[in-house]
Amino acid sequence: MSSSTSTSSRSTEPRRDTTDSKDAPLLEVRGLHVEFHTREGVAKAVNGVDYSVRAGETLAILGESGSGKSVSAQAVMGILDSPPAKITGGEIVFKGRDLLTLGSEERRKIRGAQMAMVFQDALSSLNPVHTVGMQLGEMYRVHKGLNRKDAKAKAIEMMDRVRIPAAAQRVGDYPHQFSGGMRQRIMIAMALALEPDLIIADEPTTALDVTVQAQVMDLLAELQAEYHMGLILITHDLGVVADVADKIAVMYAGRIVETAPVHELYANPAHPYTRGLLDSIPRLDQKGQELYAIKGLPPNLLRIPPGCAFNPRCPRAQDICRTTVPPLFEVTDDEGVPAPGRASACHFWKETLHD
Amino acid sequence: MTDGATALSAAQPGETAFKQPVQHGEAILEVRDLVKHFPLTKGVVIKKTVGAVKAVDGVSFDLVKGETLGIVGESGCGKSTLAKVLMNLEPATAGSVRYKGEEISKLSGPALKAVRRNIQMVFQDPYTSLNPRMTVGDIIGEPFQIHPEVAPKGDRRKAVQDLLDVVGLNPEYINRYPHQFSGGQRQRIGIARGLALRPEIIICDEPVSALDVSVQAQVINLLDQLQKEFNLSYMFIAHDLSIVRHISDRVGVMYLGKMVEIGTDLEIYEHATHPYTQALLSAVPLPDPAARESRDRIVLVGDVPSPANPPSGCRFRTRCWKAQDRCATEVPLLASPSWLGGLARHDSACHFAAEREIEHSAAEREIGHSAAERENGENGGNGGNGGNGGGGAAPIE
Repeated sequence: MSSSTSTSSRSTEPRRDTTDSKDAPLLEVRGLHVEFHTREGVAKAVNGVDYSVRAGETLAILGESGSGKSVSAQAVMGILDSPPAKITGGEIVFKGRDLLTLGSEERRKIRGAQMAMVFQDALSSLNPVHTVGMQLGEMYRVHKGLNRKDAKAKAIEMMDRVRIPAAAQRVGDYPHQFSGGMRQRIMIAMALALEPDLIIADEPTTALDVTVQAQVMDLLAELQAEYHMGLILITHDLGVVADVADKIAVMYAGRIVETAPVHELYANPAHPYTRGLLDSIPRLDQKGQELYAIKGLPPNLLRIPPGCAFNPRCPRAQDICRTTVPPLFEVTDDEGVPAPGRASACHFWKETLHD
Repeated sequence: MTDGATALSAAQPGETAFKQPVQHGEAILEVRDLVKHFPLTKGVVIKKTVGAVKAVDGVSFDLVKGETLGIVGESGCGKSTLAKVLMNLEPATAGSVRYKGEEISKLSGPALKAVRRNIQMVFQDPYTSLNPRMTVGDIIGEPFQIHPEVAPKGDRRKAVQDLLDVVGLNPEYINRYPHQFSGGQRQRIGIARGLALRPEIIICDEPVSALDVSVQAQVINLLDQLQKEFNLSYMFIAHDLSIVRHISDRVGVMYLGKMVEIGTDLEIYEHATHPYTQALLSAVPLPDPAARESRDRIVLVGDVPSPANPPSGCRFRTRCWKAQDRCATEVPLLASPSWLGGLARHDSACHFAAEREIEHSAAEREIGHSAAERENGENGGNGGNGGNGGGGAAPIE
């Protein structure tokens, strides 16, 4: 582990929500639909997505590019560019309030203070002409009304917390003076600055090297546990998901095709797409052989195939798959006892499970 | 390391020199003490060289005919610079690169052109490495304009269509533009362009890292199949260690411009003796949640030092937990440590090279475990491994 765990004095204790009952999810997304209106037509990026996150829980949203994983998260954050994007249906209930009914000013107050986002590319997410100290301090100046001096002190404290060495000296440095891993730490510091209840991390380590990726993921997990935050981790990396997630939602062409607790998903997927993804990971006993590859390409969102969107690539596709969109079936075991938290949007989930 | 190329007669430069067949198992490319420094200058009018970025600093290895040599390392370790120097796109500062015994850095004119024909490259990003204003036919056919002897003018269209077919694209797409293709298809176009001149060596610089997970496997399979079909030698540069292991016969690990360890895939992945390789391997997230508790991860402290000012002695010593005084003064050579036996005895540039016994057995257990688990899952219904993902599972409607 890295050198020190010196958690310098924090002025405020991590916020614990006392109003909500313990069991209510922190965030609940129900039936979310997002469309993009383009010159070529309407791209249905998110097509009825449901998920929920509790405090202290990590939900991983797994999907390829164009699966709608980032768009759904941006809708939750309220940072979609609209137009072209348009939320055409659904609810985003955060701590008991439907965010979609709130005005932009109210959402702005929630954003940053109660939910925050860590982006993939720290270099383009940070402003190159301002020092990191000023960008970190801005969080406190805008949301908490602190003066420059106090904001700077808080910025240094936050940089310390994400283990940036010599924070007091580096607070006046510009983003380009930091390495990729350090920049991502600054992004995490900004997200955590106001001790939010929910963090959305969109591919937080994809741009980083493996050894640095391990440091950053550890840091994120540690801080999450400390602040008892909900974490939505958006990624395409099956390895990272296996390492940190509690439960997983697999997205394909704007829909959730499978949800499951992490161990169950890896041990026994109930959707052919998930199975295909897991099978295409190179394995030791298959060296020298052909890798399993899902045939074909992810669909164009302007022309999502009728029925199950995965049917043209699916080894199990039947006539029903080409005509009827499968709902998210509850997955049960052989005796018909529901498996907690498991669901699959496949007409043949039973057969897939028994493969 | 194999060293069979000495048997090759010193052929005179020119195209004929490279027609000599190289047997499978002989070194087709020999790299010795290769150095590439980029000078750092100061001043606008009067430029003074104030230092150098030591991107590649004394790298030696052989590429054997028909094999795949994987090169792994983090960003800034010099692996892409190495590829550019081998392609002769960047002149080497020092050292030698010999293609079938011929020193390529000394070649020029037709002789250099002939060598280049035989060493081709597939680039990382299929979105920026294809000219958006050229049709696929023009992109793949362009190498024929430089090397007209490969395909006479009248045959070019047919040759391009054959290449499209070989990489699994519809030959009718010859008049389309790159933007009409997906990422995976574009990478196939890049591969077809690399194959056009029927080279012997293809240098793949992160060929799948820009692609979606489900498409990566398709491209890896294509590369594998082409290698068998055309008896190609690959240098496969990547940072995804599991893909490198799948495709490579041998693997070299680079750190800050140096090759720190090189060996067969088994030697590197199961019997790594260099601390950096061990840390790198342990940091890779395994796609197996059951391994979460049991894995023994080495988390390195700090970042890679600047290649403009690398540490003295062993370059890894600033992040190494084994570092001693000796590491700061004495540069460790890439050699087989005499105190090790079996598979652990392969080239490793560490004064204290040793296998990481505990971690190694843990890794084996993990792999065995996950394999057994999947086996169970496939045979035994929906039992799973019974473990609850923790955190509590919320109901999904």
